[in-house]
Formats: sequence, C-alpha cells, structure tokens
Amino acid sequence: MRPLDYRRASSVDEAVALMGRPGPVRLLGGGTNLVDLLKLGVESPTLLVDVTHLGLDEIDDTADGGLMIGATVRNSDLAADPRVRERYPVLARALLSAASAQIRNVATTGGNLLQRTRCVYFMDATKPCNKRVPGSGCPAIEGASRELGVLGTSTECIATHPGDMAVALTALDAVVHYVTADGAATIGMDRFHRLPGDDPSRDTELPPGAMITGVEIPPLAFGPTSTYRKARDRRSFAFALASVAAAVQVEGDEVRDVRLAIGSVAHRPWRARVAEELLRGAPATADSFRAAAEAEMAAATPTEENRFKVDLVTRLVTGTLLELAGGGR
Amino acid sequence: MSALGTPLRRLEGRDKVTGSARYAFEHTPEGCVHAWPVQSTVAFGRVESIDVDAVLAMPGVIDVITADDAEHLNDADDGELLVMQSRNVAYRGQVVALVVAESLETAREAAGALRVEYLTGEVGPDVVLTGDHPKLYAPETVNAGFATDTAVGDIDQALAEADVVVDRTYTTPALFNNPMEPHASVVTWADGRLDVVESSQGTTSTVQILAKLFDIPVDDIVVRAEHVGGGFGSKGSPRPNVVLAVMAARRVGRPVKIAYTRQMMFSIAGYRTPTVSRMRLAATRDGRLLGISHDAFSQTSTIEEFTEQTAEAVRHMYAAPHRSTTHRVAALDVPTPRWMRAPGECPGMYAVESSIDELAHELSIDPVELRVLNEPASDPETGKPFSSRHLVDCLRRGAEAFGWDGRARTPGTRREGGRWLVGTGMASSLYPAMTAPSSACATAHRDGSYRVEINATDIGTGARTVLAQIAADALGTVVDRIDIRIGSSVHPLGAIAGGSSGTASWGWAVTKACRSLTEKLASGTEIPHDGLVADADTTDDVEAMDDVDRHAYGAQFVEVRVDLDSGEIAISRMLGVFAAGRILNGRTARSQFIGGMTMGVSMALHEQGVMDARHGDYANHDLATYHVAASADIPPIEVEWLDEQDSHLNPVGGKGIGEIGIVGAAAAVANAVWHATGVRVRDLPVQPDALVSRLPVR
Ligand SMILES: Cc1cc2nc3c(=O)[nH]c(=O)nc-3n(C[C@H](O)[C@H](O)[C@H](O)COP(=O)(O)OP(=O)(O)OC[C@H]3O[C@@H](n4cnc5c(N)ncnc54)[C@H](O)[C@@H]3O)c2cc1C
Repeated sequence: MRPLDYRRASSVDEAVALMGRPGPVRLLGGGTNLVDLLKLGVESPTLLVDVTHLGLDEIDDTADGGLMIGATVRNSDLAADPRVRERYPVLARALLSAASAQIRNVATTGGNLLQRTRCVYFMDATKPCNKRVPGSGCPAIEGASRELGVLGTSTECIATHPGDMAVALTALDAVVHYVTADGAATIGMDRFHRLPGDDPSRDTELPPGAMITGVEIPPLAFGPTSTYRKARDRRSFAFALASVAAAVQVEGDEVRDVRLAIGSVAHRPWRARVAEELLRGAPATADSFRAAAEAEMAAATPTEENRFKVDLVTRLVTGTLLELAGGGR
Repeated sequence: MSALGTPLRRLEGRDKVTGSARYAFEHTPEGCVHAWPVQSTVAFGRVESIDVDAVLAMPGVIDVITADDAEHLNDADDGELLVMQSRNVAYRGQVVALVVAESLETAREAAGALRVEYLTGEVGPDVVLTGDHPKLYAPETVNAGFATDTAVGDIDQALAEADVVVDRTYTTPALFNNPMEPHASVVTWADGRLDVVESSQGTTSTVQILAKLFDIPVDDIVVRAEHVGGGFGSKGSPRPNVVLAVMAARRVGRPVKIAYTRQMMFSIAGYRTPTVSRMRLAATRDGRLLGISHDAFSQTSTIEEFTEQTAEAVRHMYAAPHRSTTHRVAALDVPTPRWMRAPGECPGMYAVESSIDELAHELSIDPVELRVLNEPASDPETGKPFSSRHLVDCLRRGAEAFGWDGRARTPGTRREGGRWLVGTGMASSLYPAMTAPSSACATAHRDGSYRVEINATDIGTGARTVLAQIAADALGTVVDRIDIRIGSSVHPLGAIAGGSSGTASWGWAVTKACRSLTEKLASGTEIPHDGLVADADTTDDVEAMDDVDRHAYGAQFVEVRVDLDSGEIAISRMLGVFAAGRILNGRTARSQFIGGMTMGVSMALHEQGVMDARHGDYANHDLATYHVAASADIPPIEVEWLDEQDSHLNPVGGKGIGEIGIVGAAAAVANAVWHATGVRVRDLPVQPDALVSRLPVR
C-alpha cells in the first residue's frame, strides 16, 4: 500500500508549517475532489493536513456591510445562510446548482475554489495531459473537448475551471484571504485563477505553500437583483456546459450597472468585461443583452466539439439578464 | 383467493434495506485473498514484457499471473472469457495480468505498479464505427440466432412507386449497463470442487461454462447468486471476473475475491454497441405503408462476434407488402459488445419509431392514426398468427389518458412563459414473449408448509416474491406457507434472468411441480417424515408450444419542455400503456415498467460512451462523466396495463415485462423534442449542442 500520513492541524500556522515539509503535502478540506484524485493516481501526496478543525467555519459580517466567509464553511451552510440569500442570491444559487446534497454537505469554501478541472484526460493517469504531466501533450484539443474551454485557451491546454461557486464570487469581486510562511495576504477573484498559457500545471496565482483562510465579499447595492443560471446535460449532479452569474441594476429602461461572469468556458471563471462595458447605459432589452454577449464571445476559439458553447453562452446571458431586468418577455 | 395479482412486497425487502442480505462480494471464506486485474493501456498490439518480479517482491503480493503462465482454457464459445491465453491485445482495457495479494489494497496497489511494455504498430487503433466502415460484413446470424437479412416482395420497387418516401439514418452511441452492483466473484477451490459466489443473472449456465473452460465435471461445481444488485444483461453470461477468480483460486490454493471497479464496467463487462440504422419507408398519400426497410450497422471486437439484432423488431411491427432488413457488423479494436436491456429492440425501435413519426409529418397524418392504419392482421413478415396483439388498444388508451387529441400538427408552435417550447411525442413498444425450459422441485411437509426449489435468479426484480405467489396459488395455500429457494445451482436447473423470460420460464416449472404435488396429495399419498416431493421439467412443454408469434406491446407518450436560453430539455409528463399478458404482481411490475422507461429517457437525453479515437477507449468511463438520468430528470411516470388473456403462453399467463419499458421510450422523447422545436435530432442522445443554434431567439 502507498503510505500516506494524515495530520489534523491545530492552528493555521501549524498547517502552513506542515506545508513546508518535503512532500507533496496537501491540505484536506472535505476531500470530495482530492480523495477522488488520490484514488485515480492523479495526486499522490505523502501527507494530508486536515484543516477542518481550525474554527474557520464561521460567516461574519464585515464593517462595510459585506461578508467574510471562513475557508472551511461547508457549501451547504453557505448556501443556506440568510445573509447570503438576501444580499447575494447569485452565490446561493451557484452553490445549490453544484454537485449533490451529499457533496455540498462536506465540501468547503477553500476546497471548492481549488477544485481541479474535470477534463477526462487530466482525470485519467494513463493518458497524456500537460496539466498533470507538463510537456506530455494535450489530447483534448483534438479529442473529447465538448465540455472544455472556448475562451483564453492555449495550444497547451483547453481545460476549464469547472466549478460554480467561483463564478459567482468572480461576479461579486470577492477577495481571497490566505496565509503563507511569510504571513497573511489577499488576492482578488479576478486574478485568482489563471489562464493556462504555457504552464497549465498551475491553476491559480496562489503562492505554493499557501493556505486559504477565507473569502471576503464586498457589499453590492444591487446584489439582491442577482442570479445564477447553469446549462447542463442533466438537471442535477452535472457540471455546467456553461453558466452565467449576473447582477443588474436597471433604472427606467436602462442598465445602470451590471456584473457578469461566465463559467465552464475558460481556465478561470470568465469576467465578461467587454459585455459589462457595452451594457452600462444600454437599453435593458433582449437585443442589447444579446449584442453584449455576442461581443464578449467574439474572442472565442472553440473546437469542433464545443462550438455550440458560443451560442449557448449568448442565449444564457440574454435570458439571465432578461429575467433580472424583470422582462422575461 | 389468489396470491397472484396482489401487490405483495418483496420477501427479501427487509433484509436488503437493513443490510443483512449479502451480495457476492460480502461473502468472505476463511483465508480469502484478493485478485486485481491489470488492464491493457493500448488498444491494439502485443505485450512485449511484464516486470513480474518487481511486483512479486512487494510485501503482501502472493502471485502475478500473465499470458506466459496462465492455465490453459478450453474454448467455451466466448472469446472474452479466454483471458490471458495469448500476449495479443485486442482492445484497450483487456486483461493482461492478474495480481493476487493478501489484501484488497495491496492487490490494487501492486496492479497499478506492474510495468507492462507493449509493441504497437504505426497505425492507430480502428475504433470508430460508421455506416460505411470498410470492415463491415454480413455475419452468419445475429444475436439470439435471428436471420441476418430478410426480404419480402421488392422494396426498391415500392420505394420507386410510393407517393411519399422517408429515407433517414439514425444513430445511437455506445451504452453501458452499469447496474448498482458491479460484477464480483468469490471462489473457493478445494478437494477438486469449485464453489463460486457470483453476481450473475443465471448460475446454471455459469456452471456449464466454467466446466468447459477448466475441464471440471459439472457435478463438482456450485455457483450461487442469492442477491444480485441488477444486471441489465451484463451478467447474463459469465464475464472475465469469474474466470480470473477461478484461475487464481486454483493456482494459489486459497479462496479468491474479485470485484470490478466502476471504471472496469466500461471495458470488461459488456455494453450496447453503437448502432447506425438506415430506415426507408414507402407510403401512399393516404398513409398505407407499401414498403419498410431497415439496414442496421454495429460493431463487435476482433475476439468474439456479437451482432446486435437491431433490425429484428421491424420485422414484426407494421403491415407492408414489401420489406427488407439487413445487419452488417465490423470487428474493431474495441471490447466485445453484449446484451443490454432489450438488445436489438431498444436501438432498433428508436430508429423505427422515429422514422414513422417523420412519415406521419410528411403525410400530415396523426402519428397514432398512422400506426393504427398499418396494424397487421398477422405477423407482417412470416404471416404467423399472433398469440395476442393489443397494440392498437394501447395506442388508443394511451392517447385518451394522455390527452393526445388536439395536438398541434405543426411543430414549434407552443411557447410558454416566453422561455419554453413545449411539445409531445409518442412511440410504440414491443418485446418478444419468450419461454425457456426449466425444472423445479416442490416438497410438502407434514406441518402444512412447502418448500419450492428452482435455480431462478432474482436480480432485484422481485422474481423470488412472484415465484412464491405462483407456488401458493398452484398449491392452494398462502405465501407464508411457502419456503422458496432460488439462486443456487444446487437447485433444479433454471433458465437465466434475461430476455424478460425468467418469470414465464421458472413460473411454468414451479406451477408444474406444485400441481403434480397437489395431485399426489389429493390421491391420498402419505407425506413421509422428510416430506413428499414432486419434480417437474418443462423441456417438452416448451417444445410443444404452438407456432405463433408472441410479443408484448405498448405505447408511450411524452411531453417535453425545451429551454430557449440553453436548449436544455425537461420532461414534464410521461405515460406508458402496456399489453403484456397477465400482470402477476402490480407492485413489482410497475417498478419494471417505470425502470425501463426511465432508462429509455436516460438513453434519449443523457447516456453516451464517448470514444477517444486516439487512445481507443471510452473516455468517460465513470458515473461522473457518463451521465445516467438523475431523479430530477424523471417526471412522475404513469403506467397502465391492459387486462390481457393469452392462452398460447405459459400457464402463468405473463409475457414478460423487464425490457419492454425501454423499447420506444427514446423515440417518444426525441419525437416530442421535434414537436416542441421543429428540430429533428437523429443522433442520440439529444443534447443542447444540437438544438441551441436552431431555436428561435427570445
Ligand atoms: C461527482 C461530483 C460532481 C460535482 N459537481 C459539481 C458541480 O456541478 N459544480 C461544482 O462547482 N462542483 C462540483 N463538484 C466539485 C465539488 O464542488 C468539489 O469537489 C468541492 O467543492 C471541493 O471541496 P472540498 O472541501 O471537498 O475540497 P478538497 O477535495 O478537500 O480539496 C480540493 C483542493 O483544495 C485544496 N484545499 C482545500 N482546502 C484548502 C485551503 N483551506 N487552503 C488551500 N488549499 C485547500 C486541497 O489541497 C485540494 O487540492 C462535484 C464533485 C463531484 C465528486
């Protein structure tokens, strides 16, 4: 049997110190992704450091009216929190659209952010994958790519960040708090996940040896008019083909402000800045929503198999914004 | 008072939900060790070397078996069972070595560590089936012994003379059975006797096949399958797991356990071949079929020929003077396909019933009426009389209960809430009513209780319960007095739980044994101390059955909602009406119908083995990536059955219900999607990809 040590950290500092040991060392949240990858031979750490007993399971109000979410708050608890449901329905809905109730009951906020891609080549240790084994090649580009990226891809990798929660957090301009041996630091969600470029082995900009301690969501006045829509191959327990996190502020017949992020189309949750720019001040109509979405997707570089995502995103964005703008006609 | 017909709960239901019912892998004989198969990572080639010594040196590893030292096996008519008989690799995932170790963990770890080098050619594997694949050929017969090709009249002439012709091609992807309990075996070999606990749909044939493979007298083999967590055909004949376990047990001299992982279910358990069906229909303007033709293409492996009988169903469906069916199969570098719920009928009727729907639209005739118009008086190909056929009654009753009347002729016209397109579709179902010879033994005890034995297998269907009901009626007693013993080859020989024929076959033997016992008792025979015994065998009875056409029929109706924002499909209503002879237990029967229809929805919308053409395996080989329908995808399904009497069946009067629910369901869904959207998707599964660009915008 492959030897594997398990330690339950008693403080953040201890967890970070253990991360400095010769490894690989991995932090263990709910284990719903990491343990699967262990069984598949994709990850092979020698030490697991359990971080779920550090008192990081609280959701606190911040002074400015936002929320600070501890790194080990379970997905189901976060989705059920009345403040989240009231102020950021987009986040509650994104969480509830993900995985299954059983998985959400154990999955943590930190672990969710760092979940790996679901590309079938990454998950199969008998096949090449530049993300898993740098330089081994990317069979996905010419292979089973239907679920994979259409924006910000590279010739090395077309994997996506597959999760839902991070898409909502990206639209909400959330900030990730973490600790390394050098001390505490933060990084905004729009810079947290990376594009693959020529180093797809790195999913995020989190420094090596860092432990996430929490996620801070700033206040958003029009947060209550936000929602999350997810298109998928079955109505539950499936990753998104594409998803949309949106918040809109409409005044009269005009869009005053908007937040828009798209999921499962790129190596990171895709903040739709092009569309946002076009939408501010635009009429709140299906036509202008569609035009903004099309402009965002103009940069898409799909494969033959995932070309449908371009149209899918355009429709999903249009429909989601219509719903929020109170139109729906 | 009759036990049959009452919706009795499963006799073993409590044992199952409390966990005391033991499945194969939960049996652990003293000293048991674990075996783990090592699977090829190339799709085609030869094993060049295996570094056995490095793994044998690992603590806890007992043995490593490879083609170089595996025991010789006799051919038992299934190339998949000839494990490790040569260094050749026929498909990715084929077993190239077996590791035996003290613990499951060690066996798995050692199997993962075993270094295997392969010799492969320059060219990649040949793994993608198409309707014009150069390797397609006509097999001698197709699955279940049906004719490869049939022809009546002149189909080309019919097509030339018809007012309206539909000529369309439909495809279904590779589909994987995936019962809840993966394949597992626990084998003890001691004193020249083989004791096997197996997750199987029928252990009588397992005994015979193991006897042949290993040259062991059948009398020295016992195979048991007391509780089985589903099979859907994949456990209808032995799979490599049991052969590997027997091989290992004979070699290491200790009991051996083996179980497939979920991933292994996608290469060494059997699956439904992808199919390509070209349908050609020739009709008059007023809706009479002049000709119908079905050309079916499928794949098999290079080590065993299995040809799905995809074009068999159409031979029995609709009247038409000119008819043609063909089957062609290509031997590719893929695992051997095998039985999956309604092999033949399921993919075949998807094509047939989709093409009939297209014809109805071409003719502007209601799809229900078109089917009624072409109802045959006798089997349309052979002219044999029907034992009973109530398809039209199912269609009429279904249309009424579903509210079919008033359905818009034009597709894509019903919009709800701005965001949804709504449509309805329907299709017919059929499945053969088969019976196979079986034996049974009934014993009367002095205290008024009875024991009934037969090697039937309950794979979760409720067969055990229904057999007890059958016995109670035949003996004129109540179910509580019956001690029903099934699921072991020590009992009288029973047919497999397959082809929806189990209850008919076993029920006949049980009825016969019980009646004979009743006669003995009635004639005043004294019950000896250890009970009065009556045996029965139905070989002659089955042989003597009338030469008529026996099928069960059904009609399925579906309503779907298609999301204009995404092309996602939601099923809002589904109804099935079936005529399947006598329904013996309404509770377990309903579950079979609903289960079949659910699996049909899953086939229509979700399931798809994605071939990785470069590496030669199905890339989505787990249940996170190979989607089966979730509860949220399935509406409350309504099921009705007609009260059908049929005197040409077994004495129990049932036609079999395990498979018919899946037949036609996928076509009904796809037809409804067309009606909702006006988009005809001819390649399953129907997913947003095919729809999203072709829907109207909001
Ligand atoms: C079948 C299935 C379906 C799913 N469907 C969906 C879906 O539809 N949508 C969706 O969004 N997700 C889905 N998921 C993924 C699920 O959301 C993630 O597995 C889960 O959120 C991960 O959280 P965890 O706490 O279990 O992480 P773990 O598995 O414990 O950890 C994941 C990674 O994060 C690291 N880590 C954990 N905590 C910290 C920390 N505090 N600091 C730094 N690193 C940390 C670990 O080392 C590991 O690398 C699905 C999962 C499965 C198995």
